[in-house]
Amino acid sequence: MRRPRLPALPAATRTPLARLLVAACFCALLIYPWIYSKYLTTTLTQWLPDTSTAFVILAFTVMGLGLNFVVGYAGLLDLGYVAFFAAGAYIAGFLASEQFANAGSVVFGGTVLPGTPGIHLSPWLVILIAAIFTALLGIVIGIPTLRLRGDYLAIVTLGFGEIIPQFVRNGDNLGGFNLTNGSFGMNGIDGLGFGNRVHHAIHALPANFLNELDSRWYYWTALALVVVTIVSSILLRDSRLGRAWIAIREDEDAAAAMGVPLMRTKTLSYAIGAFFGGAAGALITLQAGATSPDAFSLQVSIFVLSMVILGGIGNVWGVALGGILLAYVNYKGLFAAGNTFNSTFGTNVDIPEYSYLIYGVAIVLFMLVRPEGLIPSARRRAELHEEEEEENLVPESSTA
Amino acid sequence: MGTSVGTAAETSRRPSFALVPRLRSRAVAVVGILLLALVAFWLVENAVHDIRQFALVSLNGITNGSIYALVAIGYTLVYGILELINFAHGDVFSWGAMITYSVAISWLGASGHSGIALFGILAVGLVCAALFCATLNMAVERVAYRRLRNAPRLAPLITAIGMSFVLSNLIAVVYGFNYVSSEPLLPRGALFTIGGQAYGWDKLIVLLITVPTLVSLMIVVKRTRWGKAMRATAQNRDAARLMGIDVDRAIAFAFGLGGALAGIGGFVYLVYFTQGRFDLGFRIGLFAFTAAVLGGIGNILGAALGGYLIGFIENYNSGLTWHAPGPSWTESLVFILLILILVFRPHGLLGESLSTRS
Repeated sequence: MRRPRLPALPAATRTPLARLLVAACFCALLIYPWIYSKYLTTTLTQWLPDTSTAFVILAFTVMGLGLNFVVGYAGLLDLGYVAFFAAGAYIAGFLASEQFANAGSVVFGGTVLPGTPGIHLSPWLVILIAAIFTALLGIVIGIPTLRLRGDYLAIVTLGFGEIIPQFVRNGDNLGGFNLTNGSFGMNGIDGLGFGNRVHHAIHALPANFLNELDSRWYYWTALALVVVTIVSSILLRDSRLGRAWIAIREDEDAAAAMGVPLMRTKTLSYAIGAFFGGAAGALITLQAGATSPDAFSLQVSIFVLSMVILGGIGNVWGVALGGILLAYVNYKGLFAAGNTFNSTFGTNVDIPEYSYLIYGVAIVLFMLVRPEGLIPSARRRAELHEEEEEENLVPESSTA
Repeated sequence: MGTSVGTAAETSRRPSFALVPRLRSRAVAVVGILLLALVAFWLVENAVHDIRQFALVSLNGITNGSIYALVAIGYTLVYGILELINFAHGDVFSWGAMITYSVAISWLGASGHSGIALFGILAVGLVCAALFCATLNMAVERVAYRRLRNAPRLAPLITAIGMSFVLSNLIAVVYGFNYVSSEPLLPRGALFTIGGQAYGWDKLIVLLITVPTLVSLMIVVKRTRWGKAMRATAQNRDAARLMGIDVDRAIAFAFGLGGALAGIGGFVYLVYFTQGRFDLGFRIGLFAFTAAVLGGIGNILGAALGGYLIGFIENYNSGLTWHAPGPSWTESLVFILLILILVFRPHGLLGESLSTRS
């Protein structure tokens, strides 16, 4: 029996100016590869990322947006998001490389020639399977842990973020079976493309992005994934489920008293966050063609979390901006700044080496000065400043 | 996306820290006891297999565990008062190790001395590390946590993570990203041998430093006015304030005490393992936090006990021969243990049931 829906809250994106701004940003991102290759001067290209770097920036933005489901909407601090990145990356490796060459040759829409040993599914299918599997992993991890509150949950997710890379690292000898190649990681992972059969049927679609075109196609694929993630975020946020998340974030006990099923709602946020983490992980792996356990450290989790905090916890536009900004700083800005600094002052400081010092300072400053982030969500800002207003009226809450 | 309103069972469930509704608690208890029995069987089987190896590995476990115990108490003191996981604590520990290196090894040249001179140098190193880390931890509280005391609970936690990165990377700025290492400082001669394998003096010396430290901490917390003020603040901050206790100073004292213990822990780590690096505190800090949870967070005796248990687990896992997963799985095991405790017994071994403040 469906209950009558409450009218949705008016959102900032519904003003014409904001819509125009979003459309303009999207168009700029869409034509960025052409601008980069045709019109930019060398001084500018030193500061702007090339298309493959821009791909990585967008793929990490997808992760930031995925984590926003968990941290931003449901208010669950997840410090082990890298586990989902790792899961997506390795699923992609399993399903699109010669890792399981013993299994014979399974080529289904893959971007390799028929008869190549190993499993080679269509990369689009690989991304989808990786995302779904990672979402299931999120449910499996979530069921025992999401009953825990706040900081305990943070520590347990951090634990999973360490266990899964260690499992991958030790996975070359699981009772004698080599699943993951251990610390060597996997190489020779297929690239994106539509496979020969589709290519012969529809000539407009390339068989393999890498052979036939250039990194622009990867960039557009990542951009498409960003758009899908943003649209999903907005639709889910304004749905019944999204309101349940926000209710839990604001007050778990009150939400439970109002009849929000806590476990199911939390687990769904975790699974949806994991879905996009897995998709981004698979996409990054398909582009890089390789993956190794060293890529999955706590630092990645913190990096993605910083995107959410910097942009504005719970605001999808803020997180998108924070993601693009921070990933840009990490993959291009710091190198460019370091080069400029060194050439100006004649020094030899390796600035990118201290990136995590900079992120640490940024996290602390943001939490102290502007906890609502660059583009705050109106509700979240109200929550964060609620206590400050109450402070003068009532004594601080008892800790006993 | 239409999620239906919760069923009667879900809505009537008392939202509390108790993890499992009553119906399932018995099944969970049975699983927990089975797991414990399995571990006990594994230990007994190993002990029978090679009793000498088992004894030696146990003694090593006590030495490693005492370092975890020192760090774990810092977590538990802060959590007991602020309900905050002080993520930066592990990195305060790293600073302790690095300051010891600077003072005792670089500055005073400990490796060139022996006897009384070495003892004096090490004592200076220990005091410097403890004082520095106490000051550092208090500074972190003053700068990063005090303003957020009334903020939503996740805000100080996220700040703590940020501080952790700041502190560890500051070590990298000062000391670089590589290991600093020293000559062995403690005498490593055999105190006695078990089955042909030596138990070195250094392991005993570590215990001679850590155990009295732990005992004197207990005395400070239980017997002194400062300790009493701290315990009162942990119990009820408002009531403590009404009784005339300066709550800010009591909290600063808890951070200082925890920092000093972490500094001593860092000192012990450096002279025992003879090396240190900027990310040292990450692993040790997480192990120590697990120890604090294992013992019952907020409970000082529990944290010490948990530290020794983690020390045993680490050494049994890497040192025993019969079906041990081996050192490459240690971190996974410790984290799985952490998850199991939180699921089966969130109040730990000695802790009281936790508050439901969210």
